[in-house]
Amino acid sequence: MINLSIRELNQLLAKKQISTAELSSVYLDRCRQFNPSLNALLHINNDINPEDLLTANQIDGLLSGIPIIHKDLFSTQGVTTTAGSKMLADYAPPFDATVVSRLSQAGMMSLGKANMDEFAMGSSNEYSYFGAVKNPWDLKRVPGGSSGGSAAAVAARLTPVATASDTGGSIRQPAAFCGITGIKPSYGRVSRYGMIAFASSLDQGGVMAVSADDCGLVLEAMMGHDDKDSTSIKTEAWQWQAPQQPSMKGLKVGVIPGWVEQLKDDDIKRSTEQALKTLTEQGAELIEVDLPHADLAVAAYYILAPAEASANLARFDGVRFGHQTSQQCDNINAMYRKTRSEGFGDEVQRRIMLGTWALSSGYYDDYYCKAQRIRRLISEDFKQAFSQVDVMAVPVSPEVAFKQGDKSDGVNMYQADQFTIPASLAGLPCLSMPVQPAKGLPVGLQLIGPYFDEQVILSTAAQFQMVTDFHKQMPEAFV
Amino acid sequence: MSGQWDVVIGLEIHVRLALDSKLFSGASAQYGASPNSQVSFLDAALPGTLPVVNEKAIDYAVRFGLSIDAEIPEVTRFARKNYFYPDLPKGYQISQMDDPIVGRGQIEIETEQGTKTINITRAHLEEDAGKSIHDQYDDWTAIDLNRAGTALIEVVSEPEMTSAKEAVAYMRAIYNRVTFLGICDGNLQEGSFRCDANVSLKPQGSETLGTRAEIKNLNSFRFIEKAINYEIKRQKKILAQGESVVQETRLYDADKDQTRTMRGKEDANDYRYFPDPDLPALNIITDRLDRQRAAMPELPEAKLNRYMEDWQLPEENARQIAYDVAMAKFFEASQAQTKAKPADNAKFLITDFNALLNEQDSDLADSKISPTDYAGLMDAMASGEISRKIAKQVLDKMWASGESAATIIEQQGLAQISDSDALHKIITRVIKDNPDQVEQFKAGNDKMFNYFIGQVMKQTKGQANPAQTKQILEEQLNNE
Repeated sequence: MINLSIRELNQLLAKKQISTAELSSVYLDRCRQFNPSLNALLHINNDINPEDLLTANQIDGLLSGIPIIHKDLFSTQGVTTTAGSKMLADYAPPFDATVVSRLSQAGMMSLGKANMDEFAMGSSNEYSYFGAVKNPWDLKRVPGGSSGGSAAAVAARLTPVATASDTGGSIRQPAAFCGITGIKPSYGRVSRYGMIAFASSLDQGGVMAVSADDCGLVLEAMMGHDDKDSTSIKTEAWQWQAPQQPSMKGLKVGVIPGWVEQLKDDDIKRSTEQALKTLTEQGAELIEVDLPHADLAVAAYYILAPAEASANLARFDGVRFGHQTSQQCDNINAMYRKTRSEGFGDEVQRRIMLGTWALSSGYYDDYYCKAQRIRRLISEDFKQAFSQVDVMAVPVSPEVAFKQGDKSDGVNMYQADQFTIPASLAGLPCLSMPVQPAKGLPVGLQLIGPYFDEQVILSTAAQFQMVTDFHKQMPEAFV
Repeated sequence: MSGQWDVVIGLEIHVRLALDSKLFSGASAQYGASPNSQVSFLDAALPGTLPVVNEKAIDYAVRFGLSIDAEIPEVTRFARKNYFYPDLPKGYQISQMDDPIVGRGQIEIETEQGTKTINITRAHLEEDAGKSIHDQYDDWTAIDLNRAGTALIEVVSEPEMTSAKEAVAYMRAIYNRVTFLGICDGNLQEGSFRCDANVSLKPQGSETLGTRAEIKNLNSFRFIEKAINYEIKRQKKILAQGESVVQETRLYDADKDQTRTMRGKEDANDYRYFPDPDLPALNIITDRLDRQRAAMPELPEAKLNRYMEDWQLPEENARQIAYDVAMAKFFEASQAQTKAKPADNAKFLITDFNALLNEQDSDLADSKISPTDYAGLMDAMASGEISRKIAKQVLDKMWASGESAATIIEQQGLAQISDSDALHKIITRVIKDNPDQVEQFKAGNDKMFNYFIGQVMKQTKGQANPAQTKQILEEQLNNE
């Protein structure tokens, strides 16, 4: 049962073969059983939330009664929301994030909160104050980050679906490392209200699930304009139309041969090429495209994201909420310094300093402004590419899940985001879906769509998943 | 270095917008509520909260821009100004840097040498910080976030004022403008209008500006004049001794009437401004400009012209009314309801009504007499029913009783006798009763005419219509 899709679970509920409470209990039991070995969850509900149950019993719809876990970046009223940081270890928000309230209004059953890299900064989930998350496929390996907890939880089927967030690859890379499907919608598609900010112009909430169809169903319920978020775009909501059969005839798929060439791991290269071949077998046409400025993306991103973070994280000052130093302080600046040195981990401090420096007078034009120009150039590159193709298919990560401790040097880890950052800078919808594993470890393929066209990537992925079963594979230890 | 110095002053004025809610949070912006009772999740900077701009604040800023003939750029953007302070919850203030909502404009000020135009560099929107209260507890600083996030516009002038008096005149001009537009309540005590002054000296005739000192947080017209004059004296003394003025921020101490160092240049913050990614750039569309143009009240300059050209008011009277919001409003409302000549209305309002208000220690804004009732009084005066002298008495009685002019005139029999039959009878009797005086008049003693007027007034207790009396008296005397 734990490997069923949302539609299949909905059928079980509709036919009363299982009750909503029983379904949640099955998953809650798995959370309690498996989380000690994974550390994927920071909070597991003691019991089924009676309010959730009430709503689920009143609401019809495919998502009603379906369990979900929220990344601990999304504010949950009265439930501790830490963003993986000591700074917020005891912080319980007085309100729900828009994403959380929309999904609970759709009748979804919240089971708990997922571990993550502190303030969503990291690509391995080793930067959580609450300890590293383990990859269910190999407990010595990382699940990717920053949504590593969400990814590991879905991969181990502690939940059928989880919310996640992506700033430079934080949904796609862990989805690839854990062998699940994860979508980052277009910037402005999903409300950021109540999602703790890392880099406001890049952060976007999204979904992780077993399949693209599941992602489409959940995304439909959580997206749409929100008056509380000025960057959420006013457009008509779309309804997820699941393809009935695989038919990619006429679909123009953009590929970047240079990126595939760069893959040093022959197994990943082979898996990627094979996945592209599967697309052509279904009628898709592969067209070579180029993103000439993409090699500047990582450098630009690691100026812009830390710059925004340096301001976003200034509110954690020990004055109103969150951690405050218990040391004696002679003045307010000493209090700030001690509170922030104690409350933030090394990677967060590194990025705050980097961002503060990039915005400082004398450096602003050379770094921040130049990075913004690069960002615009990359957006133009994508526009150019999408004048020729409907969707792009590129690698997610140059490697499979690496071993814990392998990349203790932060900057070394930054380069691993090279394939995910360009679409983030351009604000485009993108997803990662499982393809042929390499040496028993999952590999992902990234699909990127034109701005605000989530349907094309979801539909392409859903068709791919009709003719493959990589997304159905589960780590044996958790069957 | 000794000799003559030119004074150069530029002002940054912070105008609190008279809005019900804050600039980005929707929380109430009411002044004087109990501490921290008007703080939304955003105002407290809870993680995940986001700013949504108050459209009315945009409208107000645009209205101000239009009123100073400023360029209103098509695109305006908010920026983050970063610094740590306990009453700044987000650790940054949302302000504007590169794309302010109001570009270059200008305003006229009255100086001893006549009218002078001061150029305004820009005006931008920003949120206010909260309040730190240091003197309430021995070991603590208290923080009140009610003010945090309330909407301000900062109006930055060019350094074009050359004396403290000019700076005050400029401050007054901006004050009058924003209160006239209804975008600021003008309450100085509550900090709705406050100003920073940049003061520097340069050798007479020099093109190069000297080093400036900034005096922070002046919130009274009197203090700004004193503070600037003190600062000019201080800098002159330094320069006269051959030393240099240090660039710094100073505070004015009203008790000691002097400025003192608040922080030096080396302590100045690097604010690390950058565009706020939570707030997309705003397009100021023509529609909005048109709506604000339509919503804009007539400005004092335009009123002055209209009063003089259309209503033939003497300039002095026209100016006195046009530049006073309450008086102009009262004047125009009453004029719309009376047949009295505008010039007579204006004269009575400025002299007689004002005298009453002074006497009663009141002002027009909360006058006990409505423009409608006042218009009734003007009509009674214009029709000749009562004289100006009686009108003053009626006005006093209106204030005291709240009755209309018509009621008071009727009840107390104050109406002039304008009935010509009645006047004819009275005058016939006066002439009959005073044959000697008639003889003297006929003999050429013109002064006797006033004697008859006096007699008629005596008979009528001063209520005879003077013009009519004069006319009938002339006719009858000539017929004798």
